[in-house]
Amino acid sequence: MTSTPPAPLTETLRPRVTVLSDPQVDGIVDQALDVLATVGVEVEDDATRSLLADAGERLNGERVFLRERSVRDAIASAPSRLLLADRDGGELDLSGDNVHFDPGSTALHILDRETRRRRSPSARDVVHLAWVTEACRNIQAQSTGLVPADVPETVADCYRLYLALRHSRKPVVTGTFRGDGFAVMRDMLIAVRGSEEELRRRPLAIFDCCSTPPLIWSELAARSLIDCARAGIPAELISVPLGGATAPVTLREMVVQHCAESLSGLVIHQLASPGSPVVYGGAPAAFDMRHGTASMAAVEAMMVDVACCQVGKRLGLPTHAYMGLSDAKSADWQAGAESAMGVGLAALAGINMVSGPGMLDFASCQSLEKLVLDNEACASALRLASGVSQASAGLATELLAGDRNFLGHPHTRRNFRAELHMPGPAISRGSYGEWEQAGGRDAFDAAAVEVDRILARGNPAPLPDDTARELDRLMDGEAARCGVEGPSWSL
Amino acid sequence: MTEVPGEGRHELLAAMNQSILDGDDEAADRLAREALAARIEPLEAIDRGFTPGLREVGRLFEDGEYFLPELVTAAQAMQAAMAVLRPVLGEQASERTLGRVVIGTVPGDIHDIGKTLVGTLLAANGFEVSDEGVDVPIERFVERARELDADLVCASALLTTTMAMQRDLVNAVRSAGLRARVLVGGAPVNQAWAEEIGADGYAENAAAAVDLARRTVPP
Ligand code: B12
Repeated sequence: MTSTPPAPLTETLRPRVTVLSDPQVDGIVDQALDVLATVGVEVEDDATRSLLADAGERLNGERVFLRERSVRDAIASAPSRLLLADRDGGELDLSGDNVHFDPGSTALHILDRETRRRRSPSARDVVHLAWVTEACRNIQAQSTGLVPADVPETVADCYRLYLALRHSRKPVVTGTFRGDGFAVMRDMLIAVRGSEEELRRRPLAIFDCCSTPPLIWSELAARSLIDCARAGIPAELISVPLGGATAPVTLREMVVQHCAESLSGLVIHQLASPGSPVVYGGAPAAFDMRHGTASMAAVEAMMVDVACCQVGKRLGLPTHAYMGLSDAKSADWQAGAESAMGVGLAALAGINMVSGPGMLDFASCQSLEKLVLDNEACASALRLASGVSQASAGLATELLAGDRNFLGHPHTRRNFRAELHMPGPAISRGSYGEWEQAGGRDAFDAAAVEVDRILARGNPAPLPDDTARELDRLMDGEAARCGVEGPSWSL
Repeated sequence: MTEVPGEGRHELLAAMNQSILDGDDEAADRLAREALAARIEPLEAIDRGFTPGLREVGRLFEDGEYFLPELVTAAQAMQAAMAVLRPVLGEQASERTLGRVVIGTVPGDIHDIGKTLVGTLLAANGFEVSDEGVDVPIERFVERARELDADLVCASALLTTTMAMQRDLVNAVRSAGLRARVLVGGAPVNQAWAEEIGADGYAENAAAAVDLARRTVPP
């Protein structure tokens, strides 16, 4: 644990959680540098290997050995702040200890409200996810969180982005599924922003780029890194060490592997375009030794998330993690416990972008109801991280000596909104009688009522007609290019 | 070479059993060689030495006492022993294998953890497995299945985008006139999909995959 310097009496302490000391963090970075110099990384894309070779890195077949100098240069040239902006220009500042949430992404299933079993999502579900995300005040970004089963697979990645942009203002965390999927997604972002220039100035989306553990950059991921860097679209490095399966089982060594994979991605990214925005992200998981599943909600995965975030901060980069999701199959106690612990720790760790809310079943099932509940957990987590205000330090004597009708006191009226978070209707805070009278609903059913209320309002964020038409045109064009019969794209 | 009588033979078989329980592939390899040097029949070494160990490991796993690392290292130890004994089995070898399997992930897919687990357990349970790795071209699956006269072609897909390749694989295996049955698996795959594409079977996890393989290959 690091010792926090004593805060001045009047300054609010930002509560923090750490799992490594500063020297331990430095030790991890040093060892990652050693791994990159001596073990190297496999780069499966020819163009990326040439880029590295031209920069003077040593190659042996597909393996590239990175010099410490080059890694340090990449760290130095990468910006430490990322200002994402929503469709209307409202900013999300990914730097320092600022925390933002976005729904866990690319689920194969959605939790069906009636059966409480998973089912295939439709394009309509993708739209509903965007609407609910738009309504969740503590979820600051959206994600292309569902893969619609009723849309041809070849265009499903850009179709998700198309729907997200048409149905929510929030910036998008997304990614490509195929090598040639990037161009049309970039064009859609440009269409919404107005120009390429504007998009560079105010990024509207982040693209996840996954390394393959251990220490491999696939062709798709390497290309995506380079495409993003050149287009000035923020790339999110997602290293996915699975302790005991694709990474050493000891937590510290998972953090080293995560660091080495991320730094190698950073080198590729910064070589392609120095100064391009990038996020030090990840999705470490604990491999369940009984079921062979990849648990991102296991407590060890969360400990590694916090450790990786400490490393990212030490390197001076914006950070990201997959937290606030659960391995439960329905939005039940396990889902709540794992998700709340995840967002709580993430907020205390000061992770800049936290992907996970809404997600169940090893990142494979989204639930609108759970998203509404997680939104409440995120609110509590953000409140927790805001700390105990010292603004009225010294006033206690006066307050206790005077009028003790605190409910009617001006001090209360002035401060209660800032001091006390007011949860939404899905959280039970009323008396037993009130609860019973309102139908005696459990959390899931209460959230379902909220979801219905949100969906009944329809599209909360329609695009101006001309922009919508431009997006339609791009989507139709891509469908035609991929030889796909276009359904009626606009919903 | 001397034949090991009663006591020593018993100890050797017990050590083989233990090497599997310990997941010690070096010991398994060494003990298999010692058995041959001591003129123990390879079949006896397998049936009375190594296999009981593997069965015990399976039971401990079922009972929740052993976990995947113990299961997988046991499987590796079994494979190390078989690598020594199989060549000596000669004719008996083909009687002994439950079937020949070609396994890999479909083109475009690099998720290999599940595939490798399935392959390892199939091998440990007596199938002869040729693991072709990740992102395996359809032609490569077909070519290997032909070369090995495979009983099973197993394809893993973890992405909705690559699932479609399983259909192409089924068609390619059929139109090449191979007798191999095609099994499919991976997170987005289910029974309905397997039926839709005309595959011969689907299993949700590695243990179920072994049962499925046993059922699919006629004795
Ligand atoms: C680990 C992981 C990765 C790792 C893979 C590392 C590796 N060496 O395998 C990395 C980081 C490389 C990765 C990359 C990507 N991934 Co990924 N990944 C996962 C994750 C978290 C776990 C998969 C896993 O290993 N599970 C553990 C193993 C043991 O289980 P399993 O594979 O299902 O196998 C079991 C059974 O299915 C069965 N089985 C498997 N094969 C077979 C075969 C037969 C014949 C039989 C009978 C049975 C069988 O038995 C196995 C053992 O019990 C899943 C989430 C999930 N819920 O599955 C996402 C997931 C599959 N990935 C996903 C995505 C989107 C991607 C990327 C496209 C991300 C990106 N934008 O870059 C890339 C694509 C890479 C590519 N071209 O393949 C999505 C898929 C969504 C979709 N609609 O298709 C998922 C669902 C996560 C998510 N929600 O985003 N991924």
